[in-house]
Amino acid sequence: MAYPTEYKYTKEHEWLKVDGTTGTVGITDHAQNSLGDIVFVELPKVGTEITAGQTFGSVESVKAVSDLYAPVSGTVTEINEALNTSPEEVNKNAHAAWMIKVTLKNPAEADGLLSAADYEKFAADEAGH
Amino acid sequence: MVDFSGWDMPVEYPKYGGLMKEHLAVRSGVGVFDVSHMGDIRVHGPQALEAVQHITMNDASKLSIGQCQYSAMLYPEGTFVDDVIVHRLGQSDYLLVINAGTREKDVNWVTENTRSFDCIVEHLSDEYTQIAIQGPKGAATLQKLTNADLSQVKFYWFTHGMVCGLPNTLIARTGYTAEDGFEIYVPSDEATSARVWNEVMQAGEEFGIVPCGLGARNTLRLEGALSLYGHEISESINVWEARLDRFIKMEKGNFIGREALEQAKASGMLRTLVGLESVERGIPRDGYKVRDLEGKEIGYVTSGSYGPFLKKNVALAYVPPEFSSIDAEVAVEIRNQPVKCKVVPIPFYKRPKKQS
Repeated sequence: MAYPTEYKYTKEHEWLKVDGTTGTVGITDHAQNSLGDIVFVELPKVGTEITAGQTFGSVESVKAVSDLYAPVSGTVTEINEALNTSPEEVNKNAHAAWMIKVTLKNPAEADGLLSAADYEKFAADEAGH
Repeated sequence: MVDFSGWDMPVEYPKYGGLMKEHLAVRSGVGVFDVSHMGDIRVHGPQALEAVQHITMNDASKLSIGQCQYSAMLYPEGTFVDDVIVHRLGQSDYLLVINAGTREKDVNWVTENTRSFDCIVEHLSDEYTQIAIQGPKGAATLQKLTNADLSQVKFYWFTHGMVCGLPNTLIARTGYTAEDGFEIYVPSDEATSARVWNEVMQAGEEFGIVPCGLGARNTLRLEGALSLYGHEISESINVWEARLDRFIKMEKGNFIGREALEQAKASGMLRTLVGLESVERGIPRDGYKVRDLEGKEIGYVTSGSYGPFLKKNVALAYVPPEFSSIDAEVAVEIRNQPVKCKVVPIPFYKRPKKQS
């Protein structure tokens, strides 16, 4: 699956899409593929402050639990409630199945994240090990 | 691939759809597992029965030739060396199928504790590749590859027959999936193992066969509440606690662990195995703490997962007996949050009764 070039990526396999001061966060196709069948997504409450590099929730497949790391700092304004009942959407289309929306505290933080091309290379290298 | 007791084993086969699909294939059709990591110990000779009776808790004297039984080897404390399947191969000839992680310990245990009997102990683990063909279509799949009449082999019985051109192959109607199925034991050389595996895959194609990894093996056995060494049973857990007492046959006479089990029964249990199902959102997993609703720590989860067939989050856990009644509520601590669970009957899953 192609990695949208307008997104930014973390080495912990989250993606971030920025529209003005709003950031939308999900996990990458590479992440869902390594996790396998996703059966549970745990997200923070609206209003929660998240900090870049810190965990903000978790995603579980049948076989494993994986933490979600915030690509940027900000305040959670919306969560994707649909994932409570249909977590498999993340497997089906990871780059559309967003998890949280945040009001960015410092939009410049996004500049430090990986581009699609760099992330793709990073993920391929990691998968090769 | 993961390292499992020194074996390089796949958790799942993503190319065929992965764990969930593997699990469901075994419940509705057929799946095939490479379970060569399981070990095999043969005990034979004039006093083989006496030796097996001495080191296991079930009554091997009840076995006909061609029959097997679930049993366990115990320490004098009444706790588990390992659980085993005892097969009676001949008049005075038994095969114990043991776990991978306890192989060396088991072989030493059997050797040490059968010394005073006139019998021979042979460690055959490396001689066999063990392949499990599991699911309601397991018999139909395997029947295409053997001249043995599988309809004549009842659950927990075995026969010998030609399989994929290999004469005298042990074919047992056993498994670790809470489903009908077979386990076959073929020579362990790579060419033979690979050939048999491929022929099984071809034979099962019409039934949608998929290869299954350790992940599905674990979730299938968990739904069936089948014990896993190091989890529900171990060197510090006794048979009563593990609720496997239906396999203890006190009336057969003395055996290692018997005395301790009698004492343990008289003094009562401090903990017991229960089945849990989560009531609130969250998946209880291996090692998570169990608390009462006031927050006091009362036990721990031995195995827990999302159950792909049940579509519920289920767990096996040790708790004090006062929390073991059906519908009793406890909380499993998941990432520092209490998640309410209730006690439910085990096994979580029982396969439908056979039509034929």
